[in-house]
Amino acid sequence: MRPPLTREQKTTILNGIFWLVLLLVILQLWLLTATMNAWLGGQTAVVWPATLASAGCLAINLWLLVRVFAVDRG
Amino acid sequence: MSLSTGDLTREFPDGQPLSAQPQWRKDFPTDVPEDDHVGRRDFTKFLVLTSGAFVAGQCWIAAASLRNSDEPLPEISLGKFADLPVGSVREFRYPTEDDPCLLIRASETELLAYSQKCTHLSCAVIPNLEERHLHCPCHNGFFDLESGRPTAGPPRRPLPRVILEIRDGEIFATDVELRTV
Repeated sequence: MRPPLTREQKTTILNGIFWLVLLLVILQLWLLTATMNAWLGGQTAVVWPATLASAGCLAINLWLLVRVFAVDRG
Repeated sequence: MSLSTGDLTREFPDGQPLSAQPQWRKDFPTDVPEDDHVGRRDFTKFLVLTSGAFVAGQCWIAAASLRNSDEPLPEISLGKFADLPVGSVREFRYPTEDDPCLLIRASETELLAYSQKCTHLSCAVIPNLEERHLHCPCHNGFFDLESGRPTAGPPRRPLPRVILEIRDGEIFATDVELRTV
């Protein structure tokens, strides 16, 4: 049976998840501003790919959040 | 709550009993479950919520882009070309009554038309034909008169250009060109 994670291990994992989520959220912020600028400028071709990319980031973030709960339990 | 509570000892990060913990942990008045890693976890949850809000924003833009129809804009007459003296500016509304635009006779051969809404925060821009620019007084934005592109201040997108046609000496607005650069 795998031994429970130590506090140091949990801290490292939570730090990693936190920075990854933060990076993805900043990427989403950039995507939103760039898409808004393009849409207001009449370029609609980028709207759906950007929406899918942002949704992909959300999916990764949700998976990472699940991992946070798993670390808490473990 | 004190750490000396019996059932909390099993929650020490290293799994050791209270008697084996360092003195600073015995003295520190914060419960282990409420220690700093809880704050970080909550902040991560908040970030994921923000991530969801950004996706909602993207979906709103995508839905709004679907609403835009590809139907051609109406054609409206802006009057006779000969009635517009060199150096004059006329205001008109195109394509709807909520879209103020400027018709500018910059020189003998130069006829320009732009949306009057600044691309920063939609304030009305004011043409200055002597200095060849359009000025937004709200936040000191400047646009080049010939191209409508931003030259200074907070605006980043050019002014939408109204496409003009001259037929039999009469000026018609036929379309609006949105631009990003």
